[in-house]
Amino acid sequence: MIGNFRSYLRKILAIVGKDVATEIRTKEMMSAMFVFSLLIIFIFNFTFDLRAENVRTLAPGVLWVAIAFAGMLGLSRSFILERDKGVLDGLLLAPVDRSAIYFGKMLGNVLFISSVEIVILPVFVILFNQSLASLPKLSGVVLLGTIGLAGVGTLFSAMAVHTRAREVLLPIMLFPVIVPVILAAVRLTAAILDQNPLGEVSHWLTLLVAFDVIFIATSFMLFEFVVEE
Amino acid sequence: MIELRNLTKTFGHRLVLRGLNATIHEGDFVTLMGANGVGKTTLIHLIATLSKPSGGHIFINGYNLANSPSELRRFIGLVSHKTLLYDDLTADQNLRFYARMYDVAEATQRIETLLNQVGLLGRQHDPVRTYSRGMQQRLAIARAMLHNPPILLLDEPDTGLDQQATQRLSNLLMAVGATQRTILMTTHNLDWGVEMGSRLLILAKGKIVYDVQRQDVTVSEVQKQYEAFGAS
Repeated sequence: MIGNFRSYLRKILAIVGKDVATEIRTKEMMSAMFVFSLLIIFIFNFTFDLRAENVRTLAPGVLWVAIAFAGMLGLSRSFILERDKGVLDGLLLAPVDRSAIYFGKMLGNVLFISSVEIVILPVFVILFNQSLASLPKLSGVVLLGTIGLAGVGTLFSAMAVHTRAREVLLPIMLFPVIVPVILAAVRLTAAILDQNPLGEVSHWLTLLVAFDVIFIATSFMLFEFVVEE
Repeated sequence: MIELRNLTKTFGHRLVLRGLNATIHEGDFVTLMGANGVGKTTLIHLIATLSKPSGGHIFINGYNLANSPSELRRFIGLVSHKTLLYDDLTADQNLRFYARMYDVAEATQRIETLLNQVGLLGRQHDPVRTYSRGMQQRLAIARAMLHNPPILLLDEPDTGLDQQATQRLSNLLMAVGATQRTILMTTHNLDWGVEMGSRLLILAKGKIVYDVQRQDVTVSEVQKQYEAFGAS
């Protein structure tokens, strides 16, 4: 039992490692995500009137628009590698439960989106005149939001990759579904930037964690049907 | 051994396989031929667990594939006209990845042996996209052989290969087939398929309509049957 679980974990890590190795070699996805997310933050910074009373209202939304759109770029390419040359069949042939493929791809997506966030969070804090002390709590909320985004985004990416209009289809499918995650993440971000105690917005934190769990559990159960012919 | 029992597969309203029955014994090198769209690739995909049958059963070494597909995948290697390789990774990275997916013991040694066997030792650190079609196909065979599967499924492995590359592939498959491995291969190249197989099958109208041992027929007889079933 433990041996099987170790083997399952090894295969998840093998998929993550393969995705990282490919990205290091091509630098296609990460560079696009970095540039796009930074552009969003810069453009909003230049176009909005950033007086103190406006910043608190606008900044959380700006941050999550940047994360969601950059994440979407990454997610839309998540299964492209597997589609090319039919490599998804190569993964499906492996003697492992197909949920391992889902978790491997999902963890890879969390890793890629988080790498972008590590760069854009300090930039965001500086450009929107926020306290650097808010960064640790902000990082926690951003990670929870990213898990929700990647959790369901990985499933939808696998669904969309076989369609011709996948770049259009993925955001159309994904954005309505992740509204609860984005909403909770924006409210929590606003509370952190306002330096309010998280206890006051614990219901949003509960909602965010609950949707992360629901999205991952649902995707785990549905993934096999999505990738099957 | 592969046993196919009353196998059916439908895509929407289209019935592709209609109660197909066949037994492929250990050590058989079976060439499966048939017209385009007759269901050859569908059959390979069903055996490889890439698709589920609409009806009937597949048994691998006596075990029902529907009951434990994950475990039985360990017995199967697949080479198709698609290489199932990551273009941007090197041959070594590709094989190491698949070795981890199949829990291959002493992977470094196994990879080196296979690369040597397929004539790619020395090019293992080059990205796969820099390989010719023939080299990619040889690497695909190394990938499929990595976990030493007793059953090898070959779905039109000669697609896109020139005569020289096909000959090299033949030699490689002969060497692989000489190890008591069960091989099921589909091809459109009748002459090559007849040359390679120890047993020849023709698939038409969703069933096996012709099943003969290679030594019992001539190429022209197979050609006649092939044409008679509308597969020319």
